[in-house]
Amino acid sequence: MTAILFLAQRASAMVLALFVSVHLATIIYAVRGGLTAGEVLARTRENHLFFAFYLLFVLAVSVHAPIGLRNVIHEWTPWQGRSLDVVLALFSLMLLVMGVRAAVAVYLPPEVMFG
Amino acid sequence: MPREPESTASAPDLRVQVWRGLAEGNFQTFAVPRRAHQTILDVVTEIQRDQDPTLSYRFACRVGMCGSCAMVVNGRPRWTCRTRVSEVADGDTLRLEPLRNFTVVKDLAVDMGAFFDKWRDAKGHFVSRETQDDFHIVPPSSPERRAADAGIDCIGCGVCHSACDVVAWNENYLGPAPLNRAWTLLNDVRDAGNDARIEAVSGSAGCHACHSHMNCTQFCPRGISPTYSIAGLKRAMMKRALGAKP
Amino acid sequence: MMRASNSQPGFVAALLHRLAGIALAVFLPLHFWALSGALNGADFLDKFLKVTDTPLVKCVELGIVLALALHLMLGLRVLAIEFLPVRERTRVAVSICLAAAFAVGLVFLLNVV
Repeated sequence: MTAILFLAQRASAMVLALFVSVHLATIIYAVRGGLTAGEVLARTRENHLFFAFYLLFVLAVSVHAPIGLRNVIHEWTPWQGRSLDVVLALFSLMLLVMGVRAAVAVYLPPEVMFG
Repeated sequence: MPREPESTASAPDLRVQVWRGLAEGNFQTFAVPRRAHQTILDVVTEIQRDQDPTLSYRFACRVGMCGSCAMVVNGRPRWTCRTRVSEVADGDTLRLEPLRNFTVVKDLAVDMGAFFDKWRDAKGHFVSRETQDDFHIVPPSSPERRAADAGIDCIGCGVCHSACDVVAWNENYLGPAPLNRAWTLLNDVRDAGNDARIEAVSGSAGCHACHSHMNCTQFCPRGISPTYSIAGLKRAMMKRALGAKP
Repeated sequence: MMRASNSQPGFVAALLHRLAGIALAVFLPLHFWALSGALNGADFLDKFLKVTDTPLVKCVELGIVLALALHLMLGLRVLAIEFLPVRERTRVAVSICLAAAFAVGLVFLLNVV
């Protein structure tokens, strides 16, 4: 793994340490008395803070998860080299796109929906 | 020749299972009387001298200075001269094997060559500057010197190399001892070889393969913690990737 | 030959950290997909939440929360080893990480049932 990837992994880990803590606390708070879409969306709809939080969260995860998988695949399977890196880059892109879409989905009010 | 301590007649004999052969081989069991203050080295020596002269094993100083007697005792890599039978015997059973992750030369003796090749590959040797204007001033309390001091007691015994899981999984992994040495040299302000050294420990078989299992730290007979030396190399590697001189 | 290391705390920590990470990497796309359902209206999300309100799914959710908490706690240990000047007593440090992660799991369990 190149030094840059290692650095990105550790840096995103530090960011995620904070974000995951917040997310776990949010989850535990949110599931009390049952989870409904209405409750979730009431919190997140048009909430700039949550939106920014989730966007940054998604960005950090899109960096952190594929690099972590790269290590695991290198050590536990024979797969390595260019093809693996390409597939993981695509996985990273997928996480980014899907994650941003999810963040937007819970941020935008119903009238502004798309797709 | 000095007499052995009297065997403690009331205690049953030790059942000592000793690896015989190469990578392929088998365990041979010997009965050895228990004696006061007996070390594993005493046991192996008694077997080789009194019972089976064909047994191959290594030792030199007998007093915990050279590291030559390292082998795996009841599953753990140790110096046999510094290991009392009383502290490790599993009931009356002892199981002696050559160090893991080394090529077996015969029985309990291993080939250290590949280990020292990794030392070389990690650039674990001092590189002097081309010209010297004056003496280097190295305050003993400086952070670099303290970092180096924490790791320089290594005598290359191979216990950490035997203990390391990543060394077992990845034959290219440089390993705790070479990386620890690289770290001590990185902190030696007289050394001029750090660019090549950081390069060497950043490769695919380098410091980032360490997952902090801490076996090396747990078993090092000198009390060194290669895990933390390797963590230092990781930081140095990252600093360099950012363009800063570590 | 030697397999004693398989039960060493540092080995267990690294293995759990890795397995939790894999579980999370597999889970995330599903998570994002489910949340994106809100684009089709709150009803879709509500329906999804109702369908998944079964004991089996709750167990899986607990597993995911545990995986996240474990990966976080054990990851903090790695960051501490690599960046902080303190030396750990591995057995103690790993125990604390596991205890904290299971505490989070327990709190989730108590709040979700």
